[in-house]
Amino acid sequence: MTRYVLRRVIESVAVLLVMSFVIYGLMALMPGDPIDIMVQSDPNLTPADAARLKALYGLDKPITERYGNWLGAAARGDFGYSRIHNRPVLEILGPRLWNTAILMGLAMAVSLALAVPIGVFSALRPYSRADYAINFVALGGISVPVFWLALMLIVLFSVELGWLPAGGMGVLGEAGPWERARHLVLPVVTLSVATVGGLTRFVRASMMEVMRDDYIRTARAKGLPRRVVVFKHALRNAMIPVVTILALSFGSLFSGALITETMFSYLGMGKLIYDSIIGNDYNMALISLLFATALVLVSNMAADLCYGWLDPRVSYK
Amino acid sequence: MSAAAEHPRRRETPLRLTVTRFLDHRAALASAVVLVVLVLLALAAPLAEHVMGLDANEVDLLNRFAAPSAAHPLGTDELGRDMALRLMYGGQVSLFAGLATALLAAVIGTLIGLPAGYFGGWLDSLLMRLTDSVIALPLLPLLIVMAAIDLNKLGVPPEIATSPNVSLYRIVLIIALVGWTTVARLVRGAALSLRERDFVLAAIAQGAGPMTVMFRHILPNAISPIIVATTLSVGAIILLESVLSFLGLGIQPPIASWGNMLTNAQDMIYEAPALAVFPGLAIFATVIAFNFLGDGLQDALDPKAFRE
Repeated sequence: MTRYVLRRVIESVAVLLVMSFVIYGLMALMPGDPIDIMVQSDPNLTPADAARLKALYGLDKPITERYGNWLGAAARGDFGYSRIHNRPVLEILGPRLWNTAILMGLAMAVSLALAVPIGVFSALRPYSRADYAINFVALGGISVPVFWLALMLIVLFSVELGWLPAGGMGVLGEAGPWERARHLVLPVVTLSVATVGGLTRFVRASMMEVMRDDYIRTARAKGLPRRVVVFKHALRNAMIPVVTILALSFGSLFSGALITETMFSYLGMGKLIYDSIIGNDYNMALISLLFATALVLVSNMAADLCYGWLDPRVSYK
Repeated sequence: MSAAAEHPRRRETPLRLTVTRFLDHRAALASAVVLVVLVLLALAAPLAEHVMGLDANEVDLLNRFAAPSAAHPLGTDELGRDMALRLMYGGQVSLFAGLATALLAAVIGTLIGLPAGYFGGWLDSLLMRLTDSVIALPLLPLLIVMAAIDLNKLGVPPEIATSPNVSLYRIVLIIALVGWTTVARLVRGAALSLRERDFVLAAIAQGAGPMTVMFRHILPNAISPIIVATTLSVGAIILLESVLSFLGLGIQPPIASWGNMLTNAQDMIYEAPALAVFPGLAIFATVIAFNFLGDGLQDALDPKAFRE
């Protein structure tokens, strides 16, 4: 077990290192570099100044050498300054991470609270009218473009009805919890709709598979009440793959959060990544992307470990 | 089976059984019809332009935000362009992007999964580790970075880098580069079990080389899951394309796509909320149709999964 965890950690670190190089390389391929941007905004800079600045910051060196320098600084805990925010990137990252955690956590809670009962309900009467209807709605949730759903919610609840704010988070520090909650409603609803459909279908499939197992037949045959069979014997086993899929879907949930945050100007990690890529904020984009990758890798590892913890039959080599 | 009883002389070929099962799946059948209509509508865009006497890119600033009328069935956008025509041309782009990307991703997935499953050993470990790593990445942020790359810096010849269709090809390529993992895993699994089967062993005994065995004997027998996975992926790809185009990183104007038609709609959300409705509905209908189609194909091609 310890060996397994150790191997997974080493593998994840390796993937992260490779990714840091790939992302660094991709960023270097984006249009312009920091000095080009300075030249554009300051007409007094001559080409000679620009070249001197590039040499000063090492931008004239080959990509591998620049990456090596960056990695060396990163290993010492120096991740650089954000060009847009004019502050060390880690200072920006912290609060954003917290905001995204709130958004994703709430959306996940809402999705689970809906998906588990509905999925079980559906699985207990397969191929009935209700089952078809639920499947139809769930597939609709999977198929709806998240950004368009956000737009439609804004049109309906902010523009037409005027009930909820169209975006933002309330004035930070001054807004009370009520104002903060009002700003959370639409983003959480959007992200939940995007998540709940797939989860419901997964709960249904998992539950149906378990209900076919021999131990369910045994439990029924010995005369246990249906309620006990369903909730005590079946549901607990059916939830094992659901927990795994929850952790594995962290990446797609994060992609959904990126869209949601951008649509509602919600100051989270996703919006930070998008804004820093669009705004040529290289240090910020690099760190936030790598952080997101690390989070996904950790959640995938958690998924595999959860599996063994919940199901003692699973062994780790 | 009642079909066999009614037509005793008809042979129940696997293909016919598959078709019968597919036709039983009403939602999938309806989706197939919807998709055919959507494709025909998209292809008929030039014809509709001719009939309506309009140009899809014709700017008419006196007729901005027009309500639906006989001249403009779905009204006009912020530049007075006809909404219906733009949707039809946008459909061409979005449907092409979805289908082409799904096919390209299926080809990449097959080329990675087939040798991994057939040869096994270190090659399998290497390719599957690669697959797992790609699955583990946060895709959307990565796609945003890849979409923002400057093609000139990549060494792409300027005549290609500045051609009007480059944004379309770029989106197809980058989504395919991250979207092949499902097919790769399916093909690998199929190859892993098929390589032990008698007909494969017989082919090897007769002196067939690895290429022949993989592509002539194993691949045709693994085609059903590939078709299902590819169909199911089209919906997800169209969603990705639309969000990238919406964010201004995918299909670039003046080419219309359903995603980039919504970019302007967001800025006009207070003046003309109706502008945002139709492109989104088009994406929604297409994606849900592809998902139902994939569901139906899955049931039709995999009899074991079908209900009793």
